[in-house]
Amino acid sequence: MSPTIARRTFATPPAPASPFPYHPGSLLSILDLSVEGVSRLLARATELENLDSLLRDRILAKRRIALLFYESSTRTRTSFELAAKALGADTTLVSSLSSSIEKGESVKDTGLTLRALGAEAIILRHNSSGAAWLLEESTRLPVVNAGDGMHEHPTQALLDLRTILAHLRPGIREVGANTLDGVTVTIVGDILHSRVARSNMLLLPRLGARVLLCGPKELLPEMAAKAGPGIEIERDFEAAMRQSQAVMMLRIQAERLAGLQLDLDEYKASYQLTGQRLAAHAPTAIVMHPGPIIRGMEITAGVADGVQSTILEQVTNGVAIRMAVMERALTATEQGGRA
Amino acid sequence: MTALAIHGGHLVDPAAGIDALKDILLKDGRVAEIAAPGKLKHAEDAEKIDATGLTLAPGLIDIHVHLREPGQGYKETIASGTAAAAAGGFTAVAAMPNTIPVNDSPEITRWMQSLERGAQVRVFPIAAATRGSKGEAINDFAALKSAGAVAVTDDGRPILKDNIMRETLAAAARVGLTVIQHAEDTRMTQGASMNLGPVSFKLGLRGMPPEAESSMVERDIRLVTELRDSHAHLHVAHISTAAALAAVRQARRNGLRVTCEVAPHHFLLTEEHVGLYNTHAKMNPPLRSAADRDAMIEGILDGVVDAIATDHAPHAMHEKEIEFELAPNGITGLETALGLSLYWLHKQWRMPLGRVLNLLSAQPAALLGMKGRGTLAVGSYADVVIFDPKAEWTYRATESKSKAKNTPFDGWAMLGKVRWTVSEGRVVYTNAA
Repeated sequence: MSPTIARRTFATPPAPASPFPYHPGSLLSILDLSVEGVSRLLARATELENLDSLLRDRILAKRRIALLFYESSTRTRTSFELAAKALGADTTLVSSLSSSIEKGESVKDTGLTLRALGAEAIILRHNSSGAAWLLEESTRLPVVNAGDGMHEHPTQALLDLRTILAHLRPGIREVGANTLDGVTVTIVGDILHSRVARSNMLLLPRLGARVLLCGPKELLPEMAAKAGPGIEIERDFEAAMRQSQAVMMLRIQAERLAGLQLDLDEYKASYQLTGQRLAAHAPTAIVMHPGPIIRGMEITAGVADGVQSTILEQVTNGVAIRMAVMERALTATEQGGRA
Repeated sequence: MTALAIHGGHLVDPAAGIDALKDILLKDGRVAEIAAPGKLKHAEDAEKIDATGLTLAPGLIDIHVHLREPGQGYKETIASGTAAAAAGGFTAVAAMPNTIPVNDSPEITRWMQSLERGAQVRVFPIAAATRGSKGEAINDFAALKSAGAVAVTDDGRPILKDNIMRETLAAAARVGLTVIQHAEDTRMTQGASMNLGPVSFKLGLRGMPPEAESSMVERDIRLVTELRDSHAHLHVAHISTAAALAAVRQARRNGLRVTCEVAPHHFLLTEEHVGLYNTHAKMNPPLRSAADRDAMIEGILDGVVDAIATDHAPHAMHEKEIEFELAPNGITGLETALGLSLYWLHKQWRMPLGRVLNLLSAQPAALLGMKGRGTLAVGSYADVVIFDPKAEWTYRATESKSKAKNTPFDGWAMLGKVRWTVSEGRVVYTNAA
């Protein structure tokens, strides 16, 4: 076989700078936020959570937020809705199965229709990677990405960070580039299809954490380590656990496997988080999971319900984080605002 | 037909070995006379074009375009696509058969060439290799050739079965047709919408591995090797990976008739240009890594690449304004190929002008046996492009003659402005300064 690498390299036009986000209130990728921006959102989430509910519901009183959901969701949808209502906003839910999306209406037209109906921001969950960018470009409204295909889920990363901080950096008021120095977070399982994994692996290292990715080759390609700085691959689950202060379990996304055959017994033998494994290799680490959990698959019931589990705490943190994110969406201005 | 005398220009015709100030007389659709400036003998009654300061060259030939007719006139028509060709300096295009219905018959092949289509430049149909491009039953190549087809391919639906591809190569060789393969092992690219690599991982998109292309090229070369005595000609369409190009290079060293073309987007852009889901950077083969892109440039400069072809693939605006994974593949290319090739290959990477033009005219003409084209030797077709070689300009998709505006090159700098395009003696485009 001849060498396949060119002997020369050539100066060619660079890819153009991204025009996104068009709206300063949008949160499409976790990378849209600076570390300071993350810190402000976390602080504001705590303030809003502690605010008297009668004062809180004036903050976005009668503002209109549309929740556009192309995929089913329990946690994310409900917490966005409760968060919006806690701030006094009016919400409307459009889901793909009970709307004109079923009749073939495009993302662009659905977005423009919502805008014409007075929506001031759109929260989008979609099964295609990149859909949030398409919607923002079409509507120029603030768009919050509530999960796009296999790509990102930035509010999940923020609520996961809030959970990690509560346990590993209790009482901290501001976060910066060194806040999580010395902390290792292992993300385990179906990394390839996980938007939660991508947003977390892009966020946590910016605060100083080291992210270990763990899983079989089919679900964790080598190239994942190149997604950003501070990301490593450790395929031995127990070795990864021994280094970790937080272990984040992921569900195998059967709906995205696209014909990939997995031996589930083999998978469980290598990657299931059992009580025995946890006690032996990470007896003090927190156990996280973005949900939905499949008990007996990636995690045993005992661990899910155990003292190290933060699964329900993550859910609760979702409401506070999403209050702050939606307030930012509707108040951020080009000049800075709360962004 | 009236005669046309083009005087004052600098004629660059590498196939004829001419690179000098020449006047040229076109008559009855053919080149009638070439003479030193002011010395044309038979030009008294001819219409005149003053090409002072301009370059004239054989009309450009694009052997890979999608004109969308029959069946998808909302994307492009033969009339609109060839108008874009003329604006880009092209005087002949070879049209792919992935129309609706698929061009797998002499009837459709003739229909595409009929005067009623309103083509501005010569259209050479490429017919489907198999019935309905389904990769099963081989078409009657002799009948397709006599109807005007210049090659056969199942473009976009590559022939996966070894025995069918072997039979296709052998049958095409018997009637002297080229087999063009869109090299993609589609079993490795299910659901994929860009190149497989760190960028696709980061964007959460399923990726097409480079091996999907190179393994198919290697398989096809193996078949051509087996058929060595039949002189089968395999032409690899829009090659995009270093590994596939290396396989072509090796096949050539082994004396096989294996040729390839590269599209401008594959020698200029990389997977990074997908940016945040820009559907104007979605095509098949996809934009590859920087190393692959560099290998394409190197292959063009060192001669293993036989032609530049655009893979002009027009789509309606609304078809590209959707989710990246769902958007159709392809970009337009007829109006940007010359400007990009001159700007980058000639100006930036110092490829001699004659060699660049060769890749855009004489060589593609030779690949598909278009006799009397790709040169302006006396007696050839009067296919001429006249351009200002020094004019730098900015391409605006909105000004395109194509029905479609799906291009990643909107706003890009171009070198060389087409002033006239003459197809078989008729002026089909003018933009005189």
